[in-house]
Amino acid sequence: MKFTKDHEWVEVAGDVATVGITAYAAEQLGDVVFVEVPEVGKTVKQGEALAVVESVKAASDVYAPVSGEVVEANETLGDSPETVNAAPEAGGWFAKVKLNNPAELNALMDRDAYEAFLGTL
Amino acid sequence: MSEQDLKKTPLYDAHVAAGARMVPFAGYHMPVQYKDGVLKEHLWTREHAGLFDVSHMGQARLRGDNPAKSFEKLVSADYQGLKPGKQRYAVLLNAEGGVIDDLMTARPDDDGLFIVVNGACKDNDYKIIAEALAGEATVERLEDRALLALQGPEAAPVLAAHIPEAANMVFMDSAAVTAFGTDVLISRSGYTGEDGYEISVPSTEAARIWNTLLEDERVKAIGLGARDSLRLEAGLPLYGHDMDETVSPIEAGMPFAVGKSRREAGDYLGADRIGKELAGDLKRVRVNLKVLEGAPAREGAEIADADGAVIGKVTSGGFGPSFGGAIAIGFVPPQYNVVGSELKVIVRGKPQKAEVVTSPFVPTRYVRKL
Repeated sequence: MKFTKDHEWVEVAGDVATVGITAYAAEQLGDVVFVEVPEVGKTVKQGEALAVVESVKAASDVYAPVSGEVVEANETLGDSPETVNAAPEAGGWFAKVKLNNPAELNALMDRDAYEAFLGTL
Repeated sequence: MSEQDLKKTPLYDAHVAAGARMVPFAGYHMPVQYKDGVLKEHLWTREHAGLFDVSHMGQARLRGDNPAKSFEKLVSADYQGLKPGKQRYAVLLNAEGGVIDDLMTARPDDDGLFIVVNGACKDNDYKIIAEALAGEATVERLEDRALLALQGPEAAPVLAAHIPEAANMVFMDSAAVTAFGTDVLISRSGYTGEDGYEISVPSTEAARIWNTLLEDERVKAIGLGARDSLRLEAGLPLYGHDMDETVSPIEAGMPFAVGKSRREAGDYLGADRIGKELAGDLKRVRVNLKVLEGAPAREGAEIADADGAVIGKVTSGGFGPSFGGAIAIGFVPPQYNVVGSELKVIVRGKPQKAEVVTSPFVPTRYVRKL
């Protein structure tokens, strides 16, 4: 798993990256009450809004950690947005993106680097 | 305002020790939530008792020969008719009938009037009030007092253990009592739609009283995040969002803010406009919307008619934890404010169905009689 400073994670299998938000981000957001996942087929660039996650208080963008085409979206979050809090780094994933520039992954943090980054916040 | 300029309430240390997430609000470091988070804090308040620090709000005394008469130059309510032991809501009006602030005024004792105004507005309010009352009455800011709110169905039994007189009060009663070993001003009122009390205490005693109330297992500290979702469900407008200097109390759905005797006399600021609005001549009105699909519609989202033509804007909106869905308050021309009819809210460019509903979104539980 790799991480961004905006608290997204990616897990790559082959040329497809699964994207979610970290446990830290989920805790900061508080109880998630609504998730807007991207449509399959949408192409996103690294750093663009990929999904929207809403708590009671506010809406927050989830940014694409990598560029590519959305090949699957986690539609179960429509009925169960609370999964983002319960399992942010597993069942609470937002979308799967087919990488069109795998080199982008090199600039992301590994878990140790992300934990160290959290320590600076 | 930079972080360093933010003020602290007397309960700042208690909030930090409890793990609150502190945010800048109305010039103060305020707890937006504690460890449980907004959703659980909201539901706890609806089921048990929530304790809020609202010490950022302005507390003041108006004193003079007839401070109520002088104050009526600025506000919409009948305050000369405010009986001892009662509290009444009003809005501070500008010359055009717009709202400079909304406030509560009480006669808890024979020491003039006790007013509570919004924290973000208080400096301006006091300046306007002092100018209008000059030579007739004085404004004394009670900077040495904190304000707590205890809200929820278990607030009354919890408070009765400390203030037996509180049990004999009804909604919008006000009293000065000796409790917790000090002087306390209480009113049976609040900003959640629940039964409950607002409790003014000396700042030096605030942390002790706060902790004493929290010792009761029915009570939890609740942040401003839940205060906002609770008041939204209760259909209570928030100044600076659902009301401002362009919005009249009639447009905002608060006609009771304009007292009967004041309507008859027409002796308040903006009486031309407000009189016409009371007679039905309104350009826009507050609408209460249940969002039927998609994302919560938040402040700034456009409201459209069923065909998609933009007719207004959301001024407060979000998820209502007790309502169980997204709700919003906004403003539209009056012909669209028809309960049961369909409108749309536009969220991130997408039109979503919404239904006009009555206010409040969640039934209020004020104790109007014992």
